[in-house]
Amino acid sequence: MPEVLRQAWALARKDLLIEFRSRTAFLSAAVFTVLVLLVFNFGRDPTAVAAVDLAPSVLWVTFTFAAMLALNRAFQLELENQALDGLLLSPASRTSLYFGKLLANLVFVAVIEAIGLPLFVLFFNVSLGRALAPLAGVLALATVGFVAVGTLFSAMVVRTRFAELMLPMLLLPFLLPPLIGAVQVTGKLLAGRPLSEAAGWLKLLAAYDIAFVTVATLLFPYTVEE
Amino acid sequence: MLRAEGLRHAFGPARALDDISFALTAGRTLVVFGPNGAGKTTLLRVLAGLIKPQGGRVYLEGGRRAVGWIGHHAHLYGHLTVMENLRFWGGLYGLSRDEAAARAEGLLARLGLADRAGQAVRTLSRGQLQRAAIARALLHDPSVLLLDEPFTGLDLAAAAEFRRLLAGLAGRGRVLVMATHNVEEGVELASDVAFQLNGRFVRLEPRGDRTAAEIAEAYRRAVTGA
Amino acid sequence: MKLARFGLALTGLSFGLLAAVYVRALAFTPVERFQGPAQKIFYIHVPAAVWTELAMVLVGLAGIFYLFLKDPRLDRFAEASAEVGAAFGTVVLTTGPIWGKPVWGTWWTWDARLTLTLLLFLVLVGYLILRGAVADPGMRARYSAVLGICGLVLVPFVHLSVYLFRTLHPQPIVLKPSAPSLPGEMLVTLLFSFGVFTLLYVGLVTQRVALARLREERAGLTETGGAPHA
Repeated sequence: MPEVLRQAWALARKDLLIEFRSRTAFLSAAVFTVLVLLVFNFGRDPTAVAAVDLAPSVLWVTFTFAAMLALNRAFQLELENQALDGLLLSPASRTSLYFGKLLANLVFVAVIEAIGLPLFVLFFNVSLGRALAPLAGVLALATVGFVAVGTLFSAMVVRTRFAELMLPMLLLPFLLPPLIGAVQVTGKLLAGRPLSEAAGWLKLLAAYDIAFVTVATLLFPYTVEE
Repeated sequence: MLRAEGLRHAFGPARALDDISFALTAGRTLVVFGPNGAGKTTLLRVLAGLIKPQGGRVYLEGGRRAVGWIGHHAHLYGHLTVMENLRFWGGLYGLSRDEAAARAEGLLARLGLADRAGQAVRTLSRGQLQRAAIARALLHDPSVLLLDEPFTGLDLAAAAEFRRLLAGLAGRGRVLVMATHNVEEGVELASDVAFQLNGRFVRLEPRGDRTAAEIAEAYRRAVTGA
Repeated sequence: MKLARFGLALTGLSFGLLAAVYVRALAFTPVERFQGPAQKIFYIHVPAAVWTELAMVLVGLAGIFYLFLKDPRLDRFAEASAEVGAAFGTVVLTTGPIWGKPVWGTWWTWDARLTLTLLLFLVLVGYLILRGAVADPGMRARYSAVLGICGLVLVPFVHLSVYLFRTLHPQPIVLKPSAPSLPGEMLVTLLFSFGVFTLLYVGLVTQRVALARLREERAGLTETGGAPHA
């Protein structure tokens, strides 16, 4: 395994071990997901809007906010005993530092999505059927983009005032293009349409992932260097 | 092994480093005395590569991998045990799992922390945390050790043991740079002595056979300008 | 000081010319057949929208160059450009609904183009808020550059979404593969107005850069004067 990936993996493993030990982040994100789904269900007028019409938006708004929780804590845990300085002093490259965080965040968000999706199916009475596999693909595609930008921004906001507010404010405008795409594709899938009808949006999602993973990897060193 | 040439750095109008140069060969220990705010920490951070100096250069044999750092923060994760922390940091420095564990056990035993290896870092006392931080810094057997007020939080016995440890390292050809405002703490180890005031080395010379009291008196006169 | 005065003169000139644009738009340009007089707002709306986006692009380009050259002038320019861009964005987002009410019959519609101008506006505002939240000048400049570059990369995705999303908005009428479909008279007025907005952008940015420089000089003076040996 190349050095960069080996170090990235060590970092991600450490992050996930800390999450596993403290559990607060996982638990609060999972509970938060349930609550958002609940709020959405009671926030609509059941006689006017069918649950299934609202379903794609609900799914993506829920996951967007849950991802925000995950991203906020990503660099927060490096502030304890100034561990971030220790990482910067170590021979680990800035790139592996970014990849490590990206990887840990992806796992974290994926777990939340894995918990949220069955609940969503249950609460909104959606039948996924054969749409499950393509939907998982769309989830992966959109999540990579979200988390790539989010990891970069969370490295910056962690050292500013009002970090918890700053991250959603900076990040949400960036999430809108992939969010629109993901909602469109999900809508098609839930309506039983073939994936090929949403080819344009899928290309947009893929292009967004490639562009922002690249840009974030290149820019990340500037967010930690003095 | 470690050479600084004409280092300059300022934070806004405050000069932290003003034309600082020195060279240290294997086995030398430079102790930098200076009041708070004289720029000692900045000097160490520049030597470690955490801050790019605005002027001048640092030559350090072996690069980041060769540096050990003990500063104001422990760089340890509270939710992980002492041993898990050390294994993680050892991994980043390229040590294998077994190597890291073996080195860690040896160091913890030497520092009187062996019975705390399985304990979460957040439950350690201030002194224990400082000893764990020392173990972290020495884990990869650095050839250049940078120490910023390293005796903070250690009781007399631990400080004496740590001093013996450092003397042993210098005896084995390691280079040490220690910054402190407390003459009594550092002078015993010094082979070279510098006084840093307002970012400048007002004095830099080999210690010779001067006693601690003589150096303390010289330092007092340098600080008061008498 | 010279820079500030030049910027002020340029801004004054552009406001004068903006009045001229409207004299021309109201008196000498034909009324659009379907939209009626409401269409006149188009001569502010479109140039302001174009310059909001160009301001974002310039913030991003300045960011790229800043990260390579570390020249504080680039950072001052980026900040100025973001502020002017946000101001132009406000113009777009106010004139849009004023036009939308009589023509579309609604103040606001989640039309893709309007939404995405709102998006760029929010990125620029976020950029300015981030600057306010970072105290250290070097760190502020680096963080702003990073965010600005991301904003620059976002622009094409904004456009892609526009074309993919079902849109109520008038389709592009000037820059499109076939010949412009705008009647000649209107096109001339629009281009004239675009030129004026370009001057206005340059004038406002120049003033803002001059102000930032003066402020930094003053901060430097008081700090060194007040605390000779920090």
